[in-house]
Amino acid sequence: MAAIFQGIGTTASLSTSNSFDSKRFQFPSRRSYLSERKGNLFVMRSEGRIIGGSKGRGTSPLVTSAVASKAESSSTSTASKPGHELLLFEALREGLEEEMIRDPTVCVMGEDVGHYGGSYKVTKGLAEKYGDLRVLDTPIAENSFTGMAIGAAMTGLRPVVEGMNMGFLLLAFNQISNNCGMLHYTSGGQFKIPVVIRGPGGVGRQLGAEHSQRLESYFQSIPGIQMVACSTPYNAKGLMKAAIRSENPVILFEHVLLYNLKERIPDEEYVLSLEEAEMVRPGEHVTILTYSRMRYHVMQAAKTLVNKGYDPEVIDIRSLKPFDLYTIGNSVKKTHRVLIVEECMRTGGIGASLTAAINENFHDYLDAPIVCLSSQDVPTPYAGTLEEWTVVQPAQIVTAVEQLCR
Amino acid sequence: MAIRFARSKSITHYVNKNLGFHGSCSLDSKKCSFMSSTIPPAMKRKTSLSDPDNLVASAARRFQSVKAGGRADYQLAPDNDREIQGLDFPGGRVAFTPKLRFLPESPEERVPCYRVLDDDGEPISSHGFEEVSEEVAVKMYSKMVTLQVMDTVFYEAQRQGRISFYVTSTGEEAINIASAAALHDDDIVLPQYREPGVLLWRGFTLQEFANQNFGNKADYGKGRQMPIHYGSRNHNYFTVSSPIATQIPQAAGVAYSLKMDKNNACVVTYFGDGGTSEGDFHAGLNFAAVMEAPVVFICRNNGWAISTPIEDQFRSDGVVVKGQAYGIRSTRVDGNDVLAVYNTIRVAREMAVTEHRPILVEALAYRVGHHSTSDDSTKYRPVDEIEHWKMVRNPVTRFRKWVERNGWWSETKEFELRKNVRNQLVQAIQVAEKTEKPPITDLFTDVYESPSSNLTEQEASLRETIKRHSQDYPSDVPI
Repeated sequence: MAAIFQGIGTTASLSTSNSFDSKRFQFPSRRSYLSERKGNLFVMRSEGRIIGGSKGRGTSPLVTSAVASKAESSSTSTASKPGHELLLFEALREGLEEEMIRDPTVCVMGEDVGHYGGSYKVTKGLAEKYGDLRVLDTPIAENSFTGMAIGAAMTGLRPVVEGMNMGFLLLAFNQISNNCGMLHYTSGGQFKIPVVIRGPGGVGRQLGAEHSQRLESYFQSIPGIQMVACSTPYNAKGLMKAAIRSENPVILFEHVLLYNLKERIPDEEYVLSLEEAEMVRPGEHVTILTYSRMRYHVMQAAKTLVNKGYDPEVIDIRSLKPFDLYTIGNSVKKTHRVLIVEECMRTGGIGASLTAAINENFHDYLDAPIVCLSSQDVPTPYAGTLEEWTVVQPAQIVTAVEQLCR
Repeated sequence: MAIRFARSKSITHYVNKNLGFHGSCSLDSKKCSFMSSTIPPAMKRKTSLSDPDNLVASAARRFQSVKAGGRADYQLAPDNDREIQGLDFPGGRVAFTPKLRFLPESPEERVPCYRVLDDDGEPISSHGFEEVSEEVAVKMYSKMVTLQVMDTVFYEAQRQGRISFYVTSTGEEAINIASAAALHDDDIVLPQYREPGVLLWRGFTLQEFANQNFGNKADYGKGRQMPIHYGSRNHNYFTVSSPIATQIPQAAGVAYSLKMDKNNACVVTYFGDGGTSEGDFHAGLNFAAVMEAPVVFICRNNGWAISTPIEDQFRSDGVVVKGQAYGIRSTRVDGNDVLAVYNTIRVAREMAVTEHRPILVEALAYRVGHHSTSDDSTKYRPVDEIEHWKMVRNPVTRFRKWVERNGWWSETKEFELRKNVRNQLVQAIQVAEKTEKPPITDLFTDVYESPSSNLTEQEASLRETIKRHSQDYPSDVPI
């Protein structure tokens, strides 16, 4: 399902911020986030779309909206609609390629990324264009090619490391935690590590326990790294570009089942902010926080809920570390009820941290305890029916909202 | 040092000239010949990684070489010689043999170790070695002495409770200084933690060492790391990271970066005998070989990994034989012989840079000191073993004899140097002790490029706590 929504939704939630008691807690200004501030790369949250239509890369002005804007009118034919249609893995590739053109220090490394084009075809065609060295096929040693990326980053390159499956990056945990997250700090700022570590994770279709892992819960404590999760072709491309341009190490979580999503994205260049959440559907009754594939289960449940008379506000949190407590906070203050829907396990998942963060900061605004729907603390079974029941389904979401809004 | 070495029984010599994989690989030849001339051109794997124009062509060739269909079991050579029958396998032709044979687990003789000066500092044989000028020799010797004195003084400071931790390089001064001397200043060094001599050679001052050990405001690491975790971008010396062997794959990455930039520098990384057991060692060397990266891997085989002797660490003939397993040219050198180490690293570096290949150097030495100030090595090894290496095989005295024999050094100079260095160190320690610690802000900077919202919040919360309980907050740490 295509994820195209009004950009106005974003600005609406911003305008309600004036009514809040700002003495309760200090929020740093939105501008003081982690993104660097180069002249034409200033990423704003409000809709600042420039109608260009040119296909020039890097020379055309940036589209700076956090969400894709709705197409002008659905009655016009496909040919006259702005933008171009593509699948999520192609969007990732487009973002990656644009950054490789723009900056010669960007390189890719991973297993089978070169001539094979990547297991999910994200790097297809890049090796032919940019050569064996810039799109590097590595031997099977995750700890080592992640370590390699860190060494290369410390000497000026901007590597993009692809884990064939996120679960394999557990082998790289030592390098990610002890070195990637720490060396900028322990070297006193002398060495920076602008790597991007990306790969597919999440529960797929009967891939077995080892290939269905949700690593965001294991990595979330590591100091010094940022984590983002993409869910649509639009935000996949934008987050990929932002992650590459960021000076911090960024882990970009993709989902195995979302690679073939199709969407129409703008032709103009755009970069999203790494610390922003996305307002998917504004509402009044309950705030549903989700990310990655669960967004689609939530939207499916939302249809049912709307028919039943509820008005859920759906936010794709996108930024898993740090949380965009600004957007989330505004939503909580409006609806007073929170439901978190995630694919992580119950214990120690992103939902658990998010529950704690919201409780700490917005306790007085809640009319009901936060409900968190997550997977059970079991390895993902192979049998299809069993696997389905470890993942939160739309029916459960509907029930949870009904109970929450009683 | 008692090293048990399992001698092979009567296994026939395994270097069979008929085996297709082994070509001749002497140090003089510019390239190794892996393949015989009977292999069809499509099978040859050209080293095209450094040649961008050849990339598309090589892409086609790569796919061809793994085609299984072209495999014929009995490809006869033109002259129909039955001995050259073989299997056309990816990577080269493999000859067949009717005799079942195993490669022995250890060679008949251990790999010999290169040495130039004997235990008394006398040049061994008429084999010429690159003469070292007086200036370089004296500088090397002075730096070795400085390193010795630095180790003694800082160790004492730790025992006095002035710094929390220290690691000495006693017994490995030659490896430290001589290898550093053989490198260029823009060669990038990724240390383990027992190589402060490299920094010393490159001009790191005693005050800078002291600052890092005391974790004060002037420390380049901003007081965030334990003592001896030096790091200096200006000296091309990566910050020490405690986990063992993590720097090895990073070295391959740095070399990759240098290759992309087409630099004429190489990468040098150090690790101990224990570090070769880590998975990172295996994969880092493998990567460097596959990528044809200009890395010099220097293993300081000092016999001990804390309390684990090398016979409990690996069963191979040391580390030098492991290089061949990855397709890496390797050599073994007497780590206590300054001139041998100097020459070896100089040649290794040359090879790495001009031929774009990794080199593995195993330097044999002995860890005379304890593993660190948290260790008492007399608990697991005999004291007379330590004494033997400390006295008889001391690298500093050995080199001193050679330098003195050349008329470049004297007793008075020795006395002066040791006195001066000791005074400088004591002075540096006093200054470092008095220097302020880094401010509270530095607790939160550099985690990210610029502080994130949650960190700013946490900093504000911490400041509030300090204000409320100011009497519990140390007075020498600025806010």
